Amino acid sequence: MSALVPSDGAATLDGEAPATLEVSGVTVSVSGREVLRDVSFRLAPGQLTALIGSNGAGKTTLFRVILGLQAPTAGTILVDGHPRARRNPMIGYVPQRVFLDPDMPLRARDVVSLGLDGHRLGLGLRRHADQRRRVEEMLGAVDALRFADSRVGNLSGGEQQRVLIAHALVSRPRLLILDEPLANLDLRAEREVVDLLGRITRDQGISVLISAHDMNPLLPVMHRLVYLARGRAATGTVEEVVRPEVLSDLYGQHVDVLRVHDRILVVAGADERLPAGLRHAGSAAGAAPHTERWEP
Amino acid sequence: MGAVSAIFAAGFFQNGSVHAALLAGAVAALVTGAVGTFTVLRGQSFAGHATGEVAATGGSAAMLGGLNPLWGYLGIAVIVAGAIEALGVQRPRARDLATGLVLGAGLGIAGLLLYLDTTGTSTSGAAVTVLFGSLFAVTRSALPGMVALGGVSLALVVLTYRLQLLTALSPDLAAARGVPVRLVSLAYLLSLAVAVSLAAETVGAVLATALLIGPPATALRLTKRPGLAVLGSGLIGVAAAWAGTVLAYDSYYWPPAGRSWPPSFLIVAVVFGLYLGSGAVQRVRGRRRAPLAPGAVPAATA
Ligand SMILES: Nc1ncnc2c1ncn2[C@@H]1O[C@H](COP(=O)(O)OP(=O)(O)OP(=O)(O)O)[C@@H](O)[C@H]1O
Ligand SMILES: [Mg+2]
Repeated sequence: MSALVPSDGAATLDGEAPATLEVSGVTVSVSGREVLRDVSFRLAPGQLTALIGSNGAGKTTLFRVILGLQAPTAGTILVDGHPRARRNPMIGYVPQRVFLDPDMPLRARDVVSLGLDGHRLGLGLRRHADQRRRVEEMLGAVDALRFADSRVGNLSGGEQQRVLIAHALVSRPRLLILDEPLANLDLRAEREVVDLLGRITRDQGISVLISAHDMNPLLPVMHRLVYLARGRAATGTVEEVVRPEVLSDLYGQHVDVLRVHDRILVVAGADERLPAGLRHAGSAAGAAPHTERWEP
Repeated sequence: MGAVSAIFAAGFFQNGSVHAALLAGAVAALVTGAVGTFTVLRGQSFAGHATGEVAATGGSAAMLGGLNPLWGYLGIAVIVAGAIEALGVQRPRARDLATGLVLGAGLGIAGLLLYLDTTGTSTSGAAVTVLFGSLFAVTRSALPGMVALGGVSLALVVLTYRLQLLTALSPDLAAARGVPVRLVSLAYLLSLAVAVSLAAETVGAVLATALLIGPPATALRLTKRPGLAVLGSGLIGVAAAWAGTVLAYDSYYWPPAGRSWPPSFLIVAVVFGLYLGSGAVQRVRGRRRAPLAPGAVPAATA
């Protein structure tokens, strides 16, 4: 709880609307090791928040706690002002890795339908006309109508990601959580998904929480970010959080923030304690700032 | 009429054991095909196979005790399914290891029991019956039990159909939606245990895999709709079981004359033939659709 690490107070949210998600003082230990310590932030409706952290920073763990798949050691989580229920129709979720086998007899359309009624018993042979319409509408919203009848396992990574986003959104959640939706996408697919997420946040007035190890692709659409390192979180706008003072404090070592052509690079500064070879690349696992990838 | 009598040898429709074989084969194949679709979807063919093989332990024990092997298969299949679930958790590698361990131990015991069976005078044919089945020896008295078990298994499939699909898509996703993933797995494993027991009773413990995996693999090549895959797989199984039964009856007149070919072999041969045929269908369709493949049309969207 350093003064340098901004953390959302109630005052930072404008208006009366209750936070879609309120995470306060969440600490999580996995097999005896503390993965997250005292993480707090709030999400407002109509905002896209990025959860940034390197591999092993605890992004997926935080999501699992929010979704109720894992219990925190301490802290509380409120969804729309209420303690989170085990099954929460308010939250739509796209996991980090969904392996879709090309042999799976599931069309993109079927995957979206499962988002509507996949948790129900029975065959669901008689879908209401308005349910079918909702599925069509969602397929259209993610621009997936062209391949709605293709086997989902045969689609490209970007197309699959869009179908999974439609699956998560079709039940009209108030909060959409996406775990590394940009991993394994090429630049064009990445841009498509980012544009889509920006549009969804704007049009549907929901909160969107997206994890990523690189903040740059999300900069055009993100309103706020939660930066995770060494199990702790700094929260706020990019200007508030992505500053050398804040991030150095978070990482516990000197960190420089460079802005080059609209890109932000967070690099470990010269630290006499580190061997020379590790100074500029990520060092101590999970704790060090990541080097950004360069584009031509 | 000429064609009919060419396919169905004299006496086929009057024979009591043929009736029993047709019914038993249909029930076993329908249930196994439907359940097997989820086995393939979950990528758990090995666990399904092991459940069938280890069920041989129960079958041979039941025969030693003078019981219908069906109940032995069922008892052991339920235990094996439970053990694999309890040992293997969700990780595929751990599951494979757990399955391998259970399979090894179970087959060891089955070996011992079959040895005792074959050396006992009243049960000397047990090894062949348990391992490779004897469709024409299925007794009328076993039929009501088989139909009832099949009904239970299909009811579980129908009841948990959407939950199974969502869980197969991603267990994490299902859990986040509040689906009790462990319970859904348990329902699947129970229906698997029943299916495999029925298959073992008809085509034998070793060949149960062929009914469990063959028809779904065929159906998955032919349709991209989940409901059609489950239904189609069941029907493909029934078609194979019936075709195998008819061929086995006819084979009395094939060389070596005067000795029928085992129905299990013929059923499995038909299953495999259908699978190969579906591959041909898939290739033909693929060629017809090739110009429309997603990779070929970016110009339209760019
Ligand atoms: N079940 C578990 N058992 C042991 N350790 C775990 C478990 N789950 C997570 N961890 C540990 O918790 C830390 C955070 O993991 P998590 O998966 O949340 O990271 P992440 O930020 O999502 O990483 P990535 O970018 O690689 O997905 C890691 O160090 C990981 O080793
Ligand atoms: Mg992760």
